[in-house]
Amino acid sequence: MSHHIVEARDVHYTYPGGHEALRGVSFRITHGEAVAVVGPNGAGKSTLLQHLNGTLLPARGEVRIGDDPVTRDTAPRIRRAVGMVFQDPDDQLFMPTVLEDVAFGPLNHGLAPEAAAERARAALERVGMSHAADQPPYRLSAGEKRAVSIAGVLALSPDVLVMDEPSSNLDPRGRRRLMELLKSFEHTKIIATHDLELVVEVCSRVILLDGGLVKAEGPVVQVLNDEPLMLAHGLERPHSLRHRHPH
Amino acid sequence: MAMAHGGTVQRMDELAALESPAHRLDARAKAVVTFAFLVAVMSFPRHEVVALAPYVLYPVALLSLGGIPARWILKKLLVAAPFALFIGLFNPLLDRQPVALPGGLFVAAGWLSFASILARFALTVSAALALVACTGMDRLCAGLERLGLPRAFAVQLLFLHRYLFVISDEARRMRYGLALRTADGRAPSLRVYGSLLGHLLLRSMDRAQRIYGAMLARGFDGEIRILGTARWTARDALFTTGWLAFFAAARFWNLPEFAGRLLTGELR
Repeated sequence: MSHHIVEARDVHYTYPGGHEALRGVSFRITHGEAVAVVGPNGAGKSTLLQHLNGTLLPARGEVRIGDDPVTRDTAPRIRRAVGMVFQDPDDQLFMPTVLEDVAFGPLNHGLAPEAAAERARAALERVGMSHAADQPPYRLSAGEKRAVSIAGVLALSPDVLVMDEPSSNLDPRGRRRLMELLKSFEHTKIIATHDLELVVEVCSRVILLDGGLVKAEGPVVQVLNDEPLMLAHGLERPHSLRHRHPH
Repeated sequence: MAMAHGGTVQRMDELAALESPAHRLDARAKAVVTFAFLVAVMSFPRHEVVALAPYVLYPVALLSLGGIPARWILKKLLVAAPFALFIGLFNPLLDRQPVALPGGLFVAAGWLSFASILARFALTVSAALALVACTGMDRLCAGLERLGLPRAFAVQLLFLHRYLFVISDEARRMRYGLALRTADGRAPSLRVYGSLLGHLLLRSMDRAQRIYGAMLARGFDGEIRILGTARWTARDALFTTGWLAFFAAARFWNLPEFAGRLLTGELR
């Protein structure tokens, strides 16, 4: 059973207050791709991400992970395949110690405590945070918190990693480490971000969202280099592309 | 107050993560013994003061075994003390029946019940705090669930603990924002406080929602699972039976009076 393909078909979502956040979003992301979701504030990026693991369910249209449509019934299974890293690590780190926090997911998925601790240690090792295993999460720096929250998701061995603004609040060194880490993952990655330099380094494809609609989609360089398009949607052409000379 | 609270919950988690003989005891043993302790202390007649004395042993033992700083507990007691004070405040005025004390002194019975209320307050609150500080809310809730507490209650208790931290965190940020925009230390009007409280509620609810979402995203299904495998050992059995026997003894015999008679040689 492969869960590596993520597909949205004409997804609509309206918040209870009446705000139409998504107005017919469609895309298809295949195995191992790294896709950035960009767009101005309020474009619907976070709303879209919340549909990928069934936190929100579409009012119309559907989201499919592998062969399964995301519904209330399939959501628990989908969440094993789709690891979600939240925008604010403080929302995600709620256990008394780092190790317990990372082990939270594996325990919930029925692993025995020893096996769950083993998994948690491996995940912490993977993100370079083994030394913090016994610390309480709120003592960590923003970069460390981010790394631990990613470990918490990795410990579930997901097929797809979904991240909301992974580089926000990080200092340059923390951001650099994060990018190296993300590049080292073989998972299918879906990253919502305003950090366009990160997109250039980590992703291969871009989905540009604005007003709840996909405005553009394509290879990173092609979309982000389109200055009029970028400016029209509250973005800008990344510096690194400006100075990159095609051979 | 709000600030102190955020610190309290975090500090409680830190203390609960310590390693000590008290921490290694099974959460169920500590929960059962503490519950028996509360029942025993509350079951004394309302003028009893002296017979309560032996019960000090339990929180003191748990705290020293667990390496919990006594100052921390005392501070928490002080914060909560006004509640107990107000509950007992009118007893000396309302209950004026004279009671003879050893040494030929007479006091109003109300003073005794007032002292009794304060003693019980100090005993029960410190025992409960010691229990949580030596166990941790997660392990305690998991233990209570295994003891047969309905899962819904155990999860509620766990969330109460988690969200207390969330609310205090939000409150701290808002207080900071308020302080920065309040001129020359003047207290803001009641209207401002009303609006602040409303915002605090909304923001806490939003945040609670996000945390719950994060828990669901990692497979939370209502069952509390923890890393430390709790195994009931001989030590837990000894701890439980030992304390239960002591509480029973101290309940049925007035141990301090007994000790006093022993010393003065009245018992022969």
